[in-house]
Amino acid sequence: MSFRSPATEAAAAATAPQPVFHGSGAELVVRLLERQGVATVAGIPGGAILPIYDALARRGSIRHVLSRHEQGAGFIAQGMARVTGQPAVCLASSGPGVTNLLTAIADARLDSIPLVAITGQVPRALIGSDAFQEVDAYGLTMPITKHNFLVTAVAELATVLPRAFAIAASGRPGPVLIDIPKDVQNETLTLAAWPEPGRAAAPPPVEASLINAAARLLEEAARPMLYLGGGIVHADASRLAAAIAERCDLPAVTSLMALGTLPAAHPLWLGMLGMHGTRCANLALEECDLLLAAGCRFDDRATGKVAAFCPGAKVIHIDIDAAELGKIRQPEVAIGGDVAMVLRQLLAAVRPVARPAWRARIAALRALHPAHFPGADDPHTPHGLIKAIAAAAGPEAIVTTDVGQHQMWAAQAYPTLAPRRWLTSGGFGTMGFGLPAAIGAAFAAPDRTIVCISGDGSILMNIQELATAAEERLNLKVIVLDNGALGLVRQQQTLFYGGRIYASRGNAAIDFGAIARGFGIAAIDLADSVDPGAALATAIATPGPFLIRVPIDGATDVLPMVPPGAANRDMIGE
Amino acid sequence: MRNEESSARAPARTVLQLEVSDHPGVMSHVVGLFARRGFNLDGILVLPRDTSAASRIWLLVRDEPRLPHLLKELARLEDVATVVRRDAEVALFTRIAETVA
Ligand SMILES: Cc1ncc(C[n+]2csc(CCOP(=O)(O)OP(=O)(O)O)c2C)c(N)n1
Ligand SMILES: [Mg+2]
Repeated sequence: MSFRSPATEAAAAATAPQPVFHGSGAELVVRLLERQGVATVAGIPGGAILPIYDALARRGSIRHVLSRHEQGAGFIAQGMARVTGQPAVCLASSGPGVTNLLTAIADARLDSIPLVAITGQVPRALIGSDAFQEVDAYGLTMPITKHNFLVTAVAELATVLPRAFAIAASGRPGPVLIDIPKDVQNETLTLAAWPEPGRAAAPPPVEASLINAAARLLEEAARPMLYLGGGIVHADASRLAAAIAERCDLPAVTSLMALGTLPAAHPLWLGMLGMHGTRCANLALEECDLLLAAGCRFDDRATGKVAAFCPGAKVIHIDIDAAELGKIRQPEVAIGGDVAMVLRQLLAAVRPVARPAWRARIAALRALHPAHFPGADDPHTPHGLIKAIAAAAGPEAIVTTDVGQHQMWAAQAYPTLAPRRWLTSGGFGTMGFGLPAAIGAAFAAPDRTIVCISGDGSILMNIQELATAAEERLNLKVIVLDNGALGLVRQQQTLFYGGRIYASRGNAAIDFGAIARGFGIAAIDLADSVDPGAALATAIATPGPFLIRVPIDGATDVLPMVPPGAANRDMIGE
Repeated sequence: MRNEESSARAPARTVLQLEVSDHPGVMSHVVGLFARRGFNLDGILVLPRDTSAASRIWLLVRDEPRLPHLLKELARLEDVATVVRRDAEVALFTRIAETVA
């Protein structure tokens, strides 16, 4: 080290650029979140993440929503991300905090939801020593994240945080985890300049030859169809999807994730495909000679037995994730690209073709197999109830669901679903998704009515979040379809396991209204009302959180149904 | 097995050459992808590049029908910059095997 005179030091300080930041890693995390535009985060504190919590408290710039279980925090963040399309943030401490978060992260991965999970870790010197609340968050989340980071030096935060947001939002969205040791959070650093906030990268350009090949196939096909998946929602491409259907005269089907991308009244929409899809959708797919598959991934619940799915069809597959192309079904034309960009170019390249014979055939299939919802006018039936909920909640409501029969009834009958207003756990099928996702939706869209359509089994899996809903006075309505059963399991046992109903009943004695009131939430039981439709409407119109319990006949099945492993043509029930 | 010849023939193998970033988790990300799919790695070689931030990995694998899909999944990993198939590099592993034998 050389000695410098005070005069030279002062001169050096005067010419050195003013640092933009001087503080702890924890403060830097909060500042970088602010710069990402994050307004609300969900989480639960604990020892290893307390420096970040303290920085949140001192800055006061970001609203923290206290969930009552880390899985709830993960799904609250998912609710925000699904509604806005932007990455949302959840926080958890080390050890059990992280393991509790895993299910929500895996769920985000399967449904391609941009999530940034920030977790505290034990100090670096203790990693690998079985320290208190130490768990290998990095190792645990490797297979369920799009990418993950273990931050090993405070200086890395300035690159890791923006990169995490960029990765979560770019291409096919997904969850990213950042594990930050406590001593890294406490370490001081000086930043000379702010990093650019992480944003979604521009999608890659699409080869014109592929667009032309797809256009020619579409023009030559005699019986083409359109199959839309959740990618249409992520790419905000529902208008383009409708436009291509109309220009090429394509009867269209949607996956569970893509419900609402075409309005229910659209003349070309045949409904949802797959296990609990419409007969008309599944049978038309049998006959098509070309399938334009857009933003979808040929999930087994959608295709049924793959070898028998669209057996006579050529396939054009558009997806932003190249690893999806040819994964399940080898397409004739594989287009790796942003589905909105590809559809826009395809619209310009394809000539419209009229196909009267195919139109007539589709009309005949529709007439032969109308969507059959017994008692759709009667709120005592599942489909009737779903329609009554929709009527009471209005066409602008956001709908979340749990997983089970109630989810499928909602998928089949809710008449006004729309992109970013239909939040359901599709790929992972996680019971417990509905309530925390509804809470997240309420933060993302405070002016909307949020309805959570749940079941007596699923609601118990994150019922603690009623505390969060009550505390924040959110305008969400939890509707528990109570069949006293794990209904979808009971249904499979009835149909495929010789009627041996085992371990799928047992919620008969639960008083859901009393539980809700215990949390400070108003509740009604439609079993007690002479006019359930009116009672439902009153409850939904009441501002603030409300729990509505609805008795459902425990013997009702979701129909039609493709038995697991069977071809989609082999549906049970009308 | 139908005859001597086919039983003696070793399964067709190839080498995947990956350019990856160089930090402690990268190997885990790469080999984990194979492990989770029950796909055996017959040989692994890792060497740093001249620049400190990158490494090169060679994986000796069986040429199975699901290999093309695995290549796409490898390419999807954030830490993997490029993946290429190099059939001729199988000889590299043969030479290493001879050297260390
Ligand atoms: C976390 C989790 N555990 C188990 C399952 C398997 N499962 C699927 S549906 C279902 C029953 C759901 O019961 P309920 O919420 O009452 O819905 P219902 O089918 O009765 O409408 C179960 C156990 C699951 N999807 N998620
Ligand atoms: Mg139930």
